[in-house]
Amino acid sequence: MGKLYDMLKKDVRYQEALKACINCGTCSAICPAASFYCYDPLEIMEIVQSQNETQLEELLKSDKIWYCGECLSCSTRCPRGNTPGLLIMALRKLSQDTGLFVESEKGRQQLALKRAIGDNIVRTGYCIYIDTMKPERHPESGPVYEWIYNNRDEVMKRMGANYKGDGPGPMRNIPQETLDEIKKIFDLSGGTELFENIEKYSEQKAKEMGLQFDETTDCEYFNEIFTKTTKKHTL
Amino acid sequence: MIIEGKQRIWADYQKEIADDHYFYVRSCIRQNFFPASEVTFWKIIRDYVHKDIFENEHHSSCSGIGYHSDVVPFTTTQAVVARQFALMTENGYKNLTSSCITSFGVYSEVLETWKNFPEELERTRDILYKATKREFEVPENVAHTSDLIFKYRNQINDMAKYRLVNVKTGEPLNGVEHIGCHYAKMFPSKGVGGAEHPYVLAGMIESWGGRVVDYPERRACCGFGFRQYFVQANRGYSVACTKRKFESMEPYKPDFILTNCPGCPYFLDRWQYVIAEMEGKTYGENGYGIPVLTYEELAGLVLGIDPWDLGLQMHQVSVEPLLDKMGISYDPVKKYLGVDNKNIGQPTCPSVLKV
Repeated sequence: MGKLYDMLKKDVRYQEALKACINCGTCSAICPAASFYCYDPLEIMEIVQSQNETQLEELLKSDKIWYCGECLSCSTRCPRGNTPGLLIMALRKLSQDTGLFVESEKGRQQLALKRAIGDNIVRTGYCIYIDTMKPERHPESGPVYEWIYNNRDEVMKRMGANYKGDGPGPMRNIPQETLDEIKKIFDLSGGTELFENIEKYSEQKAKEMGLQFDETTDCEYFNEIFTKTTKKHTL
Repeated sequence: MIIEGKQRIWADYQKEIADDHYFYVRSCIRQNFFPASEVTFWKIIRDYVHKDIFENEHHSSCSGIGYHSDVVPFTTTQAVVARQFALMTENGYKNLTSSCITSFGVYSEVLETWKNFPEELERTRDILYKATKREFEVPENVAHTSDLIFKYRNQINDMAKYRLVNVKTGEPLNGVEHIGCHYAKMFPSKGVGGAEHPYVLAGMIESWGGRVVDYPERRACCGFGFRQYFVQANRGYSVACTKRKFESMEPYKPDFILTNCPGCPYFLDRWQYVIAEMEGKTYGENGYGIPVLTYEELAGLVLGIDPWDLGLQMHQVSVEPLLDKMGISYDPVKKYLGVDNKNIGQPTCPSVLKV
């Protein structure tokens, strides 16, 4: 065993996910991602079981570990109680800890997710928040969402929400002391470190790719990873 | 068939749902996209079935969407979840009910992890105390909010003003139920009916007079996929998964789709608009889509709550065809008005999907 495998083994989800795979392929048969992307969860299970350090490093650098949608349908169907989706989550964490995620197009998208979802949690207490979900980034949300977004003060009030209000209720302002506690939890539990790693490795990659990089969601690198597909990923 | 044997087999598919005194934790997605559903849930639990439910304003996102987008480590998520448990404990509650399915899955995963790896529980207690000086007890009972509506479905039916019956033909309406993946796929024992025979939504439809439609892709994911939707370049995955479900259910002519996950109704609603725009294809009758409802919205309609107080105007697919079939009276003029009938304009019309 090598260094990467040792790191992977420490993740409790690896221990939960991979017990006694019999390579039957049921996970691949049930997987929605395998019916859309060039993706085969059984292949991931086999590489990890091989404990081959070179193959594992290649896997962590590849797009393959980023195709799963984490629906966890594989968990229900595996006849031996394995969960390839959970193993994928452990691999993704390792890929980010080691900086290898920036070597693949799908892996590089983690910066967009960190800035869109991760930062929201610490700044607002919500994973998603209407103020940051602009209709131009979500044309699929349709004209009704555009109307909601443009009139969100009124619409939220009409719905009985406590939008930006104090006290309990949907869409309330989450108090600053709560956000301070969340930030401290992130600092002490590795959440802030993961955020910083994603930013650091992404900035290095942007430089290597010759793309302008800053802290906004409108820099060249962000737009590249958020909107573009430069190779064929699908079946 | 020996009845006792049959009961023993099905005992594995039952779930204990606490009778009263619920500590409520909100859903990020439901608050943003279906805020009136959470308001309606509170109304039903407090005013219709007269149970005690409590919310502490200091609770937060469970971080689950970040966890499943792989930008929040599991250790962090465990500590954020522990903080919610600490608030529950401090307020004297033992039963937790979650509005979100992703959260419900995360709570289930965290509790199972703590059972199998006690050192993870100890580490979490340590992190939470150092960060917040808070301590906690694990909940005695964790239920998704759809479990509660399921539990009280017959009481709701007793108070029903409308039923899931076509008022013109007298026939039961056809309902497709779509269970959020993280409700029971990973931990089948946590859901009513498990992963194989989920009954939480089907039970509501049947109690309220409707007919549950079975179809080949019934258990398939809606296609949210976390990073597969949130990153614009990946959204083809999301719409492709949803389209497969629509194609599979279309021959059975569903009158509505019922969901328990906050994200699924959003995608099943919005992707109908997208498919119509991209391919000119609609799945409902006469150019309309298939109305997609949360269980709070459907319970609210059955109880006779005004459709616009339920927030049905926040859907892209029009719900009016379903309202007409159920014989529900509504004022179309009031659909897009603000508080005190304030005019706040209207959404533009899609070019294909009839609204």
